[in-house]
Amino acid sequence: MHIPDGFLSTPVWGTLDLVSAPAVAWVARRAQRDTQDHRIPLLGVMGAFVFAAQMINFPVGPGTSGHLVGGALLAIVLGPAAASLVMVAILALQALIFQDGGVLALGANVFNMALAGVAAGYLPYRLWEGASRSGAIFAAGAFSVITSACLALGQLMISGVPMAGGVLWASLALFLASALMEGAITVAAVRAIERLNPAWIGGPRPASSRALAAVAMTALVMVVVGTLVASAAPDGIQRLTEQGLAADWSQRTVGGVAGLGLIVALCYLGGKLISRRRSA
Amino acid sequence: MPRHPPAPVSQAIQIRGLRYRYPDGTQALNGIDFHLDAGESVALFGANGSGKTTFVLHLNGLLRGEGSIEICGLPLADETLEQIRSKVGVVFQDSDEQLFMPTVLEDVAFGPLNLGLSPADALTRARTVLKRVGMAHALDRAPYHLSAGEKKRVAIAGVLAMDPEILVLDEPTTFLDPPTRRDLVTLLRSLPQSKVVVTHDANLARTLTTRAVFFDQGQITGEGDVIEVIQRFHWEYS
Amino acid sequence: MHHLVIDRWSRGSSPLHQRDPRAKLAALLVFLIALSTTPPAAQAAFVAYAILLIVAANLARLPIRGLAGRAALVLPFSATFALLTWWSGDSLRALGLAEKSFLSGMAALLLVGTTPLTGWTAALESWHAPRMLILVIQFVYRYLFVIAEQAQRMRWAALSRRGSRKRSRRVSFQFSAAAGLVGVLFARSWQRADGIYHAMLARGFRGRFVPAAPPPFQTSDALFFSACLAGCLAIRLLL
Ligand SMILES: Nc1ncnc2c1ncn2[C@@H]1O[C@H](COP(=O)(O)OP(=O)(O)O)[C@@H](O)[C@H]1O
Ligand SMILES: [Mg+2]
Repeated sequence: MHIPDGFLSTPVWGTLDLVSAPAVAWVARRAQRDTQDHRIPLLGVMGAFVFAAQMINFPVGPGTSGHLVGGALLAIVLGPAAASLVMVAILALQALIFQDGGVLALGANVFNMALAGVAAGYLPYRLWEGASRSGAIFAAGAFSVITSACLALGQLMISGVPMAGGVLWASLALFLASALMEGAITVAAVRAIERLNPAWIGGPRPASSRALAAVAMTALVMVVVGTLVASAAPDGIQRLTEQGLAADWSQRTVGGVAGLGLIVALCYLGGKLISRRRSA
Repeated sequence: MPRHPPAPVSQAIQIRGLRYRYPDGTQALNGIDFHLDAGESVALFGANGSGKTTFVLHLNGLLRGEGSIEICGLPLADETLEQIRSKVGVVFQDSDEQLFMPTVLEDVAFGPLNLGLSPADALTRARTVLKRVGMAHALDRAPYHLSAGEKKRVAIAGVLAMDPEILVLDEPTTFLDPPTRRDLVTLLRSLPQSKVVVTHDANLARTLTTRAVFFDQGQITGEGDVIEVIQRFHWEYS
Repeated sequence: MHHLVIDRWSRGSSPLHQRDPRAKLAALLVFLIALSTTPPAAQAAFVAYAILLIVAANLARLPIRGLAGRAALVLPFSATFALLTWWSGDSLRALGLAEKSFLSGMAALLLVGTTPLTGWTAALESWHAPRMLILVIQFVYRYLFVIAEQAQRMRWAALSRRGSRKRSRRVSFQFSAAAGLVGVLFARSWQRADGIYHAMLARGFRGRFVPAAPPPFQTSDALFFSACLAGCLAIRLLL
């Protein structure tokens, strides 16, 4: 779900732009480090491939069909950093050229789909690939979509877009259905690709440990749940936008950045600790 | 466009015993001996899948098989790779793969910038070469919007901007309609470089080259005067 | 295809086309921030923003209708949420949502309609956006339509071979057929990337794209940006 401009309240888009910009810089640096020369055109062409693959309909029942979203597939093929970067490029083009998602909301969309969505499409694969490959790929696709969708929903609610109970449950059911579909499509697509050439799937294996992946996964779940909880809290539903340029919103932006930063920092430190203890 | 005087070496290309197997096990080249004199142009015929493109990819070291390759007297090796790539300009079959930069001008300037020219000099050279191939009107266009014939001209410009001594063209006239094809042939004839032309087009070969070699399953099975080779292998649409 | 329209627009030569992409991008951000922070009750402000955009579109000699039509692509999404908001009893806010998303889309279109892709990516790069990201954006855009057309052709080929037998109507069969298409499209894309890399090496690529220098920022660009800033501030604070 691409959020257009005008829907998010200033503290929400402000927070997410401020969080996403350095995150993208970090992802780009990592992608550059893990990427050999010949992968630069590959990343671009894979972004174009995801765009084009979305034109192919997957029938799922009488009269209904879905299509690949692609975050998990990219993460499995290219590795998480490169996949995030490709998604950022896609989102930027969608926002400016295709009027799909807003420009100020780009930080939010990048956070939901390119950062959290790709991480959510990579971590299950990395954690459970050994146990059941198909299961892991399915989980990757499903988790990626549900993460992005829940984050977007939460951000809209925090911004004061009203969701009556019925609507909320209907949206969650819809998200679940599209998540299951993405899982199934990702499994089918990965299988079809592997049949043509097994060497294409796999990407560069990062050196980070499984423990780190588990911590990251926990962090991700916390961010998603936290966003949903925050959006359900009464003060979130206050109509922030109507307060306009009050001093209030800058405080909230700072609060939002600090909150997200704290979660990330805690997880980072926790991960470091675990990986150090393991290697010791 | 700046041109060096022709190299004093008489052999532009000298290849002995070239073999190449793709990672998946396909033996694409199976002992090729080939030579090209300076200033000479030669046509490469052969059925689809006979190894012509694989051979072309060896001429500037994009693929590295067994056997020996000398370009203008330089043996192909890691140390000479850069030099050889600036001597051998390859125009690939698929222009969309060759034109990867966002605009025509930037695409043609890509090679000169890699050669170490300053941005200003690279752009000047790109403009000159684009005028030479008749594409000066399309400097700011995105390659995607060009017609097949225009794309081919820009691809040739991108290679000419590197000032090569040998031009290698892989099926330059496929996908072109007859008038566009004629214009392209006129352009190619006007270029002074030695040429290696992979083609199914007997007319093109007769116009551009004097000698032809025939590929079959990774080997050269026939060689000689271009008209004679065309007749011997019935290599013409009837 | 739609993109052709924007590419054609962006090659124009109006005063707006000639402004430095950095000035236009900064002006877009100012406009969007002003719009985003305008309370829904200030309906007069929305009219003023719309007038500002129409003036800019006229300066750029772009068709207002074409712009509005493309910006309207966002309306189904906004309308859904606007309706929900309406239901919850806040009609003014509902109207505000639709207006803001539509006007924001128009503003973004004005930027890309007067600035070619290389212009705004260069602007992003001069603001220290990661070089790698810029390259990926350019490559995605370059191959987007090439690969989309390939996908379209494959879809047609698959459709024209789809028989009417029972088996082919089964959902599971069609599902795996679609997966097969995605697989082949992936394979072609991968091979294309290899081909591109070959073409890069053949022209002396040594692992680094050499950037061309951006043109200088001129007084007229600064004036243009100041005018936009003043206009947006005036609307935001006075209306
Ligand atoms: N990337 C590749 N991997 C494996 N096999 C290949 C590859 N490219 C070409 N081949 C095979 O090598 C042989 C020669 O191909 P090619 O040189 O493209 O022939 P031509 O250009 O004469 O049509 C063919 O059998 C083809 O299938
Ligand atoms: Mg070939």
